[in-house]
Amino acid sequence: MRDASPDQGRLEGDPPHPEGRQDAGTGTSSEPLLRVEDLRVEFATDDGIVHAVDGVTYQVSRGRTLGIVGESGSGKTVSSLTTLGLTRSQGAHISGRILFEGRDLVALSEDELRTIRGNEIAMIFQDPLSSLHPFYRVGTQLVEAVLAHQDLSKAKARERAVELLGLVGIPDPSRRAEDYPHEFSGGMRQRAMIAMALANDPKLLIADEPTTALDVTVQAQILALMERLQRELGMAIVIITHDLGVVAEMADDIAVMYAGRIVETASAELVFSGPEHPYTWGLLKSIPTLAGGREDDLVPIPGTPPSLIRRPSGCHFHPRCPYAQPEHSRIDPQLQPVPEKASHDVACLLESELRRRLWEELRRGCTPEQAREAVGLPAPPSATTEPGAAATQTGTAASGTSP
Amino acid sequence: MTRYIIRRLLWGVLLLIVVSALTFVLFRILPTADPAKLRAGRLQNPKIIAEIRHNLGLDKSLLTQFWLYMKGIFLHFDLGYSYYSSASVKSLIFDRLPATISLSVGAAVVWLLVGIPTGIISAVKQRSLLDRAAMGTALVFVSAPVYWLGLISLYVFASDIGLLHIFPGSNSYVGLTADPVKWFTSLLLPWFVLAATFAAIYARVLRGSLIESMDEDYIRTARAKGLSERRVVVRHGVRSAINPIATLLALDIGVLLGGAVLTETVFNIPGIGRLNYDALTHADFPIVQGTVLLAALFIIVANIVVDIAYAYLDPRVRYS
Repeated sequence: MRDASPDQGRLEGDPPHPEGRQDAGTGTSSEPLLRVEDLRVEFATDDGIVHAVDGVTYQVSRGRTLGIVGESGSGKTVSSLTTLGLTRSQGAHISGRILFEGRDLVALSEDELRTIRGNEIAMIFQDPLSSLHPFYRVGTQLVEAVLAHQDLSKAKARERAVELLGLVGIPDPSRRAEDYPHEFSGGMRQRAMIAMALANDPKLLIADEPTTALDVTVQAQILALMERLQRELGMAIVIITHDLGVVAEMADDIAVMYAGRIVETASAELVFSGPEHPYTWGLLKSIPTLAGGREDDLVPIPGTPPSLIRRPSGCHFHPRCPYAQPEHSRIDPQLQPVPEKASHDVACLLESELRRRLWEELRRGCTPEQAREAVGLPAPPSATTEPGAAATQTGTAASGTSP
Repeated sequence: MTRYIIRRLLWGVLLLIVVSALTFVLFRILPTADPAKLRAGRLQNPKIIAEIRHNLGLDKSLLTQFWLYMKGIFLHFDLGYSYYSSASVKSLIFDRLPATISLSVGAAVVWLLVGIPTGIISAVKQRSLLDRAAMGTALVFVSAPVYWLGLISLYVFASDIGLLHIFPGSNSYVGLTADPVKWFTSLLLPWFVLAATFAAIYARVLRGSLIESMDEDYIRTARAKGLSERRVVVRHGVRSAINPIATLLALDIGVLLGGAVLTETVFNIPGIGRLNYDALTHADFPIVQGTVLLAALFIIVANIVVDIAYAYLDPRVRYS
């Protein structure tokens, strides 16, 4: 899938793209299936306004896969729940546009949105046990999904339900349809969730951490199943995960989210071969590899994700960034194309040449501190701890998350 | 499942024997009027009292009395005879049972019809004016003692002494078979009064339970399927929030069938509660014994019903 032409599923990073909007409005064949433009989702809480999604723009073409990567609390789940209108009932304040085949889902009424939900756009969730109703048989829940959008007899809907269970690889589907969710294994439950999502042949499947709650061996099976179904049914997939391994397996394009924003976006090859954002570097350096050997220490990203109520000033990542400079706490970086890389956008205040050299050092196995010294960058102002300690001690930079 | 129920029923029988023994001992140890003296009337002398005591079997040892009582129940389903009226306790109870069943079941229908929709609306429109008004009212009814509510409602609504003359008042109960229309109208006020507190409790319990279940992941799944919000709430939310209501319902009806003493007394309905109350004032042990046994039986059966209902409502629950 990843060898498809790189421009086809290219992610538009920069919000003000007048041509892009025209494209979406006219409804031509080159129009992406889903185009999210400057989406903002805010929740009013007793503690203040939570800026869960803060001006996110991305697009997914038909039959392609977009991976949205980020830590918990980066806004990746909220942005996709909003696509289905599922944050409306929680009193979210939503602005921006979500164009699905040219229709703005943000502007649709609840009734109009419901005809799309579970029909043209389907979603699966992290924990399949809690996502299935414990009191209804799996078959009944599938029949309900089919009948929500198709005018079929109960018997036909039931046939379809059994067919769907077979499609996702559940053995003896007509008998297993009679089981309750607690009688299924974890992997089978997620298969049943996928079957339910496929009930009405969706054009887009949103998978929110679909493998996080599963055993590693089962994870691979579920990913393989999703790839097979995508090949057979031709749907587009948005896969939300904190696991770069999952993205490497599945995604054509990647959007890295941090504190409610996309900080880097490009094709999967570009992100893995030449990542541009220090946060992406941190994610990549914290994955264990078999080839790396034991002497290559994993480098965790220090600190915790920032509060989305009182976000850090300037670049939101600066309190945790080993390369932050004094002015980074004042200037808010925008997502911009990387020079000489046409389809690679990043929101970082470091010079692109400097970034290239830093990644070179990191790739050779340097720690962030060594890389910083090698390129002659002064230590970040917030790093009051000894050099080297910041990388391994989590939480030390957390005090700097609020301005 | 069948074996489980049989086991529970056997335990229930044992429990009933224990309850009987306790009542037996309690009423003979606690200081009360001597039933023999009560029956002797004005011409009492020790000889007559001794004779009455002998006739009632009160001169035998406590253990022998209990043994005879148990034997009567197990062999002939004989609950003894009233000291006061000499009528058989069994027939007295069966005479009074229809009134209590009418009152309890009818009230249960009322409180379910009021409590469940109120709870659902309050949960769905959480923190709205409607929710606050409903929960405020519920708090008033939860706190109001049933006899106070009964007297106030008679004072306002009863056709004889009330201000508005809407409903038949106290002492108007007619059996269902005698006159169905009168039976219905005479019970309206008692139903509302008895149901008020229960409706308030049920609304509050269901509201809490539904708010919790609407937060579950499977509700998000139901919405993501594109179901209507009504279907999401009723088929998915209420379906899992209803379990505590089913439990309460079985136990509450079980308790009320043993006699809604206060309501029956206020409205002068000839039910089990009223029978028990009168028996207590007359130191009529056999009737007290019989009604206590009946109440215990209903509560035990209600508990078994709850357990069976649980297995039926929640497929994850299996008894072995």
